[in-house]
Amino acid sequence: MNSAHPDSPLLLEAEGIVKQFGSIVALNGLSMKLRSGEVLGLLGDNGVGKSTLLKILTGYLQPDTGTIRLDGEVVRLRDVQHARSLGIDIIYQDLALVDQLSIVENIFLNREATTSGPIRVLRRRAMRRAAEDLIERVGVKLPSLEQPVGTLSGGQRAAVAIARVVQTNDRVLLLDEPLAAVGVREAQTVIDVVRNLHAEGVSVIVILHNYGHVIDLCERFYIVRDGQIAEEGSVAGHTSESLIATVLATRL
Amino acid sequence: MPEGLRPARLGSRFTVGSRLLQSRHAKRFEEFLFRYREVTLLAAGLCLGAYFQLMTGKLLSNADLLNLSQIMAPIAMLACPTVLLIASGEIDLSIGQTFALAPFLVHFGQQAGIPLLLADVLAIAAVSVVGAINGVVTVYLGVPSFVTTLGTFFGVNGLTLIISSGEPVGAPGTGLYATIFGQNWSLIIWAVAALALFHFILKHMRWGLYCVAIGGNYEASREAGIKVDRIKIGNFIILAAVSGFAGILDAVTVNITDPLAGGSAIMFSAISAVVIGGTALAGGFGTVVGAFIGAGVLALLQDGLTLQGINANAFDLILGIAILSVMIMNVTLSRHLLGRRRA
Repeated sequence: MNSAHPDSPLLLEAEGIVKQFGSIVALNGLSMKLRSGEVLGLLGDNGVGKSTLLKILTGYLQPDTGTIRLDGEVVRLRDVQHARSLGIDIIYQDLALVDQLSIVENIFLNREATTSGPIRVLRRRAMRRAAEDLIERVGVKLPSLEQPVGTLSGGQRAAVAIARVVQTNDRVLLLDEPLAAVGVREAQTVIDVVRNLHAEGVSVIVILHNYGHVIDLCERFYIVRDGQIAEEGSVAGHTSESLIATVLATRL
Repeated sequence: MPEGLRPARLGSRFTVGSRLLQSRHAKRFEEFLFRYREVTLLAAGLCLGAYFQLMTGKLLSNADLLNLSQIMAPIAMLACPTVLLIASGEIDLSIGQTFALAPFLVHFGQQAGIPLLLADVLAIAAVSVVGAINGVVTVYLGVPSFVTTLGTFFGVNGLTLIISSGEPVGAPGTGLYATIFGQNWSLIIWAVAALALFHFILKHMRWGLYCVAIGGNYEASREAGIKVDRIKIGNFIILAAVSGFAGILDAVTVNITDPLAGGSAIMFSAISAVVIGGTALAGGFGTVVGAFIGAGVLALLQDGLTLQGINANAFDLILGIAILSVMIMNVTLSRHLLGRRRA
């Protein structure tokens, strides 16, 4: 799985990122680099700023200060659409699904196919066909794509969230604890999908709390503490025990 | 998930009925009813109509159908855009007041020498500002829309009373203008146009889809990059504009511009029509067709009870009981169907 060379080009960089919420400092001058084609793990306790970092990298939040570079060029990610147009996409821990909407509507939420012209009509049939392909690509069986997402199991929901991101030709996929809300079998499905995307050349930043999964998936890791990178390293040579020991050591 | 969509536990109460509905045809019929919840309401409305026709023998006359349509149309015109707003998780109590204000603005615009059609446009633009205030205060200042629009409810009413000195004036326009904008059957034709327009927006355009998404899961909609603020404020503005237009039409219909037209009566009727029609008051589901049928049922109740010569004092009591009955039927049925789907 270790396909990214240590000297492969830098794809996404964050430098000196500061983000405050009122008096709470979520990120305190954090800097990190993502190389092209690698799977990078973000480790650390809850509330150290990992999710905030991903929300900034996907354009959902704006940093107070700091710069982001894509392919070495400074970019200001205006909003989620802008980041998506640059090939950066995200799967949230809560999967960001709308229970009342159908599977098709969720997969294409805010990326609907419409007719062109002044009055843009939803192309529901086209979206339905595309959704069938996407779900097949994710490899999960769903009874009907027209049923509301609220009726699905945890694994099926995860599949819908994944189908949502695999439709665009993403370069960077961000995953915020994608395995927290799913069972063991579904977790394997998610891991397989991430592996497939990685094999297709997608670079991944993933927040994980199960260090076995980190060993499974990631090539490199950052340990985040107090809104900064406390340590970085290569997963090679680590076991989950030694990784836990490393994370614990940063707390001292 | 809102409580309304979590009814599985209630399923056990309906075991007798469920056993009767075991066949595949019955299941398919239930699916049909679930998909088209409006059908049950339409059936109830038709039964009600049949009842009033049998009791009074007058309902199906041209004169009374016209009367019925003129009661129904303003309610329906306000209800259709209200579906979008309520589906997105907000509410607007001020629509009855913008309804009353707009024809006065037309009247005074005309007196100032502005051509009638331009005065109409200006009046609609002016009441749209009320919608913009509702939206901006709700979205950017975080005041719940119930409270925001309660404020504009009183404020706009006061404005109408001040500029009119509390006195009615004549209705604007005669001849062809009146034929198109309010007289006879034109009011219900405008209401059908509103039905078609807002049904199309809700079911076939991004705007409607986003309304449902925002009402269903606000956070997820934002995370997906939907401009939630724009949609919400837009809904308030559209609704205020339509309510102003409906008020102008209604003034022509009744041939008087009355500061006491509209108000809380039509606002509550419109919101009742939306909710009776099947739109979730908490947001996340909407049906314009249902709201239109709901407006019809409410108008039918009002018209039918009048035809029967029910004492005006008893009217509200009966209307209240009828609204509650329809709602209880509707909620019970959809819970039952949803419960079976999830079981």
